[in-house]
Amino acid sequence: MNDVHAVPVLQRAKKARFSLRKRTIAVLVLTVGFLLTITVAGVLCGDAAVTTDFTQKNFAPSFADPFGTDWLGRDMLARTLRGLSISIFIGLGASTVSAVIALILGTMAATLGSKVDAVITWLVDLLMGIPHLLLLILISFALGKGTVGVIVAVALSHWPSLTRVLRGEILQIKEEDYVKIARKMGQSRWQIAVKHILPHIFPQFLVGLILLFPHAILHEASITFLGFGLPPEQPGIGNILSESMSYLSMGMWWLAVFPGVALLLTVILFDTAGGNLRKLIDPFSAQD
Amino acid sequence: MGIQIGKFIGVNIAKAVLLIIAISVVCFILVSASPVDPVRAYVGEVGMANMSQEALQQLNDYFGVNTPFWERYFNWLGDFVRGDMGQSLIYRQPVADVIGVKFINSMALMITAWIISGILGFILGIIAGMRRGSAADKLIKGYSLLLASTPSFWLALIMLMIFAVWLQWLPIGLSVPIGVDASEVSIFDTARHLILPALTLSVIGVANIALHTREKVIDVMEADYIVYARACGESTRQILKNHGLRNILLPAITLQFASFSEIFGGSVLVEQVFSYPGLGNAAVSAGLSGDVPMLLGIAVISAALVFTGNLIANILYGVIDPRIRRSMLHE
Repeated sequence: MNDVHAVPVLQRAKKARFSLRKRTIAVLVLTVGFLLTITVAGVLCGDAAVTTDFTQKNFAPSFADPFGTDWLGRDMLARTLRGLSISIFIGLGASTVSAVIALILGTMAATLGSKVDAVITWLVDLLMGIPHLLLLILISFALGKGTVGVIVAVALSHWPSLTRVLRGEILQIKEEDYVKIARKMGQSRWQIAVKHILPHIFPQFLVGLILLFPHAILHEASITFLGFGLPPEQPGIGNILSESMSYLSMGMWWLAVFPGVALLLTVILFDTAGGNLRKLIDPFSAQD
Repeated sequence: MGIQIGKFIGVNIAKAVLLIIAISVVCFILVSASPVDPVRAYVGEVGMANMSQEALQQLNDYFGVNTPFWERYFNWLGDFVRGDMGQSLIYRQPVADVIGVKFINSMALMITAWIISGILGFILGIIAGMRRGSAADKLIKGYSLLLASTPSFWLALIMLMIFAVWLQWLPIGLSVPIGVDASEVSIFDTARHLILPALTLSVIGVANIALHTREKVIDVMEADYIVYARACGESTRQILKNHGLRNILLPAITLQFASFSEIFGGSVLVEQVFSYPGLGNAAVSAGLSGDVPMLLGIAVISAALVFTGNLIANILYGVIDPRIRRSMLHE
């Protein structure tokens, strides 16, 4: 397809000191390290995120308080880090659950015959038919809101798209010669699935899992912002931002700007980490 | 040919109706599972303590607390089909009336954002794709990737801060000025209150369509017929106009129709920030205060909206691309 234009690009000598692969690994390690730092810092700052200090309230950002303080004198940097680490933990758990559901359903759809396939495809269409945010609200409502509600809602609603991807991937692998040969040699469906198909889609699964993080984190923050998620006393990013709304007209811009930027950065870091991991383990995107 | 297209559309509509019914069942199960007691939500804590046992019993019967699930569902479905979505608990009005008003508000917001983001995203995508690797391409790609990760409610907050609090150009919230009689509200007022929410939604919606169009442009520009046209001496502008545009436009339009779900999700958050009285805002208040009939009504309406979008996307594809039509019919 792109042989006409791709050839000169491939042959152009690059004066890179590092190879593409080394650079990819470096970026991956950096992003993961950064995310780990945020998580650990959030856990370590513990009480600082909720400690009030009325001698230091409504401080604008300075060198002593880089993110400023709020109307109760709570340190916004600590609150932001704490909120991010809560978000990361929820995102981690929820996207793992979603990815495992996707793996199971995707494998079932592709290997257990056309009836199962039809049911699962229909189920995917069904869940994708409700606007995602409304589905989150409904699940969270069904569980009586709160922390459990938001975790279950995010975990149970992110599998449809990945299921679709994995199903397509497995359907393709099933047509490969080595799978057909294995079948002819008398291996059972189960054996083929476990020994030949699962190892093949594992990279896709892993990348899909990591690329679910950003969605899970954003959705957790959104649903908390709307009031269905973490309880108000928890310093989740959604809560911080929704509280900041009452103070915006008083010019306390730092309450909204910094936590939001931090959330945006976290999401981008996860995206970058996932993209670079894909480059490492998926040969088709190695040159992107 | 005509019969085929008719059959194709018929099959698609049948599938969509079936899915919407299934969605209503799922939503019904979810709201039934909720620990929120409808009677308690209706009369409030004080009412629970002061009302007589008989009155409470009457309300229990009215809300069907002890009716079996399927009976309750079919009662609701029967009424729903006849246009009666029940009584809203927070607005104390029929749900259908409330949704009717909110729906128009939401549509004004979503359609404005949908058109602006579609056109802008398409143009940006073409510019980026045609000049792949240039500064403009990097700028547009970077912008799109950044916006794709931005929480929409946060962007709405930032917009609010810049344009309403800091510059004071635009109003902070609500779709009409406060304290003005409904009959005196001019189109201009409504439009002014629409600008910020619509702008926020558009800015976010651009990302997806721009990235997609860019990929498509790059694909198309590498096709053999484009290389041939170039060899014949056509300029880039001519190539784009004569051969590229139509090939790029179709997938962009279908993608835009298929994105109703995301636009709706975005509008829920944006409406909340700007207190814009639309469906999303109503869904959030309904969910927070346990207004089940309202929540159900909005869920089904929004699902219908999403399926209409998908249906139009499918039909556009099917009508124009015979391969897809055939494969759909032979399933």
